[in-house]
Amino acid sequence: MKLTKLLTGAAMALGLASAALADEKVKVGFVYVGPVGDGGWTFEHNEGRLAVEEEFGDKVETVYVENVAEGPDAERVMTQMALEGADLIFTTSFGYMDPTINVAKKFPKVMFEHATGYKRSDNVSTYSARFYEGRAVQGHIAGKMTKSNTVGYIASFPIPEVIRGINSAYIHAAKVNPDVQFKVVWVYTWFDPAKEADAAKALIEQGADVILQHTDSTAPQAAAQEAGGVITFGQASDMSQYAPLPRVSSIIDNWAPYYVARTKAVMDGTWESVDTWDGISTGMVKIGEISDAVPADVKAEALAMAKAIGAGEYHPFTGPLKKQDGSDWLGDGETADDGTLAGMNFYVEGVEGDIPQ
Amino acid sequence: MIRLEKRPQPSQTWSMATPLVAVVATMIFGGALFGVLGTNPLAAIRTIFFDPLFGEFAFYYRPQLLVKGAPLVLIAIGLSLGFKAGIWNIGAEGQYIIGALVGAGIGLAFYPLEAWYIFPLMILGGAFGGFVWAAIPALLKVRFGTNEILVSLMLVYVAEQFLASMSLGLMKNPEGFGFPGSRNLQEYASAHNTELIAGSGMHLGVVFAFIAVIFAYVLLNRHMLGFQIRLTGEAPRAARFAGVKPARLILFCLGTSGALAGLAGLFEVSGPAGQINIDFNVGYGFTAIIVAFLGRLHPVGILLAGGLMALTYIGGEIAQGQLGLPAAAIQVFQGMLLFFLLALDLLTNFRLRLAKGEVA
Repeated sequence: MKLTKLLTGAAMALGLASAALADEKVKVGFVYVGPVGDGGWTFEHNEGRLAVEEEFGDKVETVYVENVAEGPDAERVMTQMALEGADLIFTTSFGYMDPTINVAKKFPKVMFEHATGYKRSDNVSTYSARFYEGRAVQGHIAGKMTKSNTVGYIASFPIPEVIRGINSAYIHAAKVNPDVQFKVVWVYTWFDPAKEADAAKALIEQGADVILQHTDSTAPQAAAQEAGGVITFGQASDMSQYAPLPRVSSIIDNWAPYYVARTKAVMDGTWESVDTWDGISTGMVKIGEISDAVPADVKAEALAMAKAIGAGEYHPFTGPLKKQDGSDWLGDGETADDGTLAGMNFYVEGVEGDIPQ
Repeated sequence: MIRLEKRPQPSQTWSMATPLVAVVATMIFGGALFGVLGTNPLAAIRTIFFDPLFGEFAFYYRPQLLVKGAPLVLIAIGLSLGFKAGIWNIGAEGQYIIGALVGAGIGLAFYPLEAWYIFPLMILGGAFGGFVWAAIPALLKVRFGTNEILVSLMLVYVAEQFLASMSLGLMKNPEGFGFPGSRNLQEYASAHNTELIAGSGMHLGVVFAFIAVIFAYVLLNRHMLGFQIRLTGEAPRAARFAGVKPARLILFCLGTSGALAGLAGLFEVSGPAGQINIDFNVGYGFTAIIVAFLGRLHPVGILLAGGLMALTYIGGEIAQGQLGLPAAAIQVFQGMLLFFLLALDLLTNFRLRLAKGEVA
């Protein structure tokens, strides 16, 4: 009897806690998978948080927890934020998907925004950026710049987002350099400087003179700088401290406008569950300054491509394209639909190796 | 001038007191660290140690302590048996993974059948998986005299590769749009390790952790095997004269710790975590080593140490969220705890003497 009473009390308190949003300040929480000082993915999300603070001043309060493991720990951190009165919570890693959905169910009055996932509900939105647009530009530069015709690719997890990047970069590298070869290393982490550096060194030893990375630290940049004669691209963040060489350009995730807009929507009471997938056109994906190490004509071509993608005149996945096994994928002039891109689990023709299964 | 003097016998008092003194020292020096970082030290210590237990939202955090502490205690109890006998299983993380894989694999194989016997089978599978993974270093040691520390540790990385392979291949959710990770067992009633009382955090893994504590206590204090374990650790030669068969003992200690780690993995994957995924393991197997030593390899001590460790994790997260402390500061804080424990351990075996007037 007593226990039941206690639990009812707890359930009521839970209800009360989520209802206690009466104070005017909008509280926005951020859950990060890495440290804010990673110089890449989490750093840019944190820049977005700071932009929200700057935009709304004392009308908002932001909180964050960094280095949160994907799984039950994430669920607890989100619950903690919701209990303590957060109105809007950004969960910024793919692996936070199920935890976000679970916690959102318990707190129907708190709004959630999950980055790079595909599960939504009444109070869960998803958002992601079309990083593959930036990859196309990188691929073009990589194909033009490589002398050994070997491009090393540090891949994190074999999920569609990463595979899309590999394909997009390969297509555009092969277009300008048919002899180009991609060597892909899977490191199974988003952030692990030691592992990333090892992967970069291994790739360089295998003859790669261009390193692309889909991991968040600057360790591969440092490894390339040490090796010399290798070019790299900043990932998620500009990583301009390694410019002009080895870092010749970068893909920058610019979350600030989205975070500001969504916070505003909560303030105005106009927040709705949506699925956002923006790219160069809205500025969510930006191409970092192309350094002088890149010949002027290559730079001009790269910029023209970025502009065409931004204007919607060019789609990085435009046929004719075949899958790795030789089967047809896109006909001449046909462009890939978002559904296929979102679940992409195959390489395009010409990429060597297998996607880990 | 302070001198160290070896005690004829390890001090019982200090053996009990060092964990407490270590906690107090951690609070003082950790508090100072937080102070330097610009946070009120008292507020930080209160947030970490007090809020999860008695704060405004303790009704949520208290069950979470059980969820976080149970796998630590379950694994640490198993490890402590071997550690007492000088058998070093460092690979509990790998056994935890394999236990989860076998257990979840059994559950997923039955999907979508609903039947009462699925979960018991998964529990057996989890224990079996962990047992087999730990039996590898055990058999190699018995048969070829290999070093169990190295073999068990290396098998962690093998297990991680299995985990990645399963998340991407055999166990991948066919309805997951090509993303890695298995079906969520929380949505499969027969395979879900539910809370026994809603909102209490008490899942079957917590119950097993408590049972393991009692079991280990009885074993070590009332059973011949427990005596042999202690004897082997304290006086290996005497143990041999007393008729202890080292091979049997190695198999028992490694096998039991493996089975318990496997169980912890199974209860985690079918409950709080819900699914097999590439980064399913978050280091419980390694943290449990700290817990085992923090608890002086004593079953009750381990129970308390597991609770304390869970408290610093959960309190640490609250401190990050509320006070804006960086994650690294919390990790340093946790590291201090182990550091002070080891440093103060000196006092168990040595005593400090103030040497008077003898300074040359």
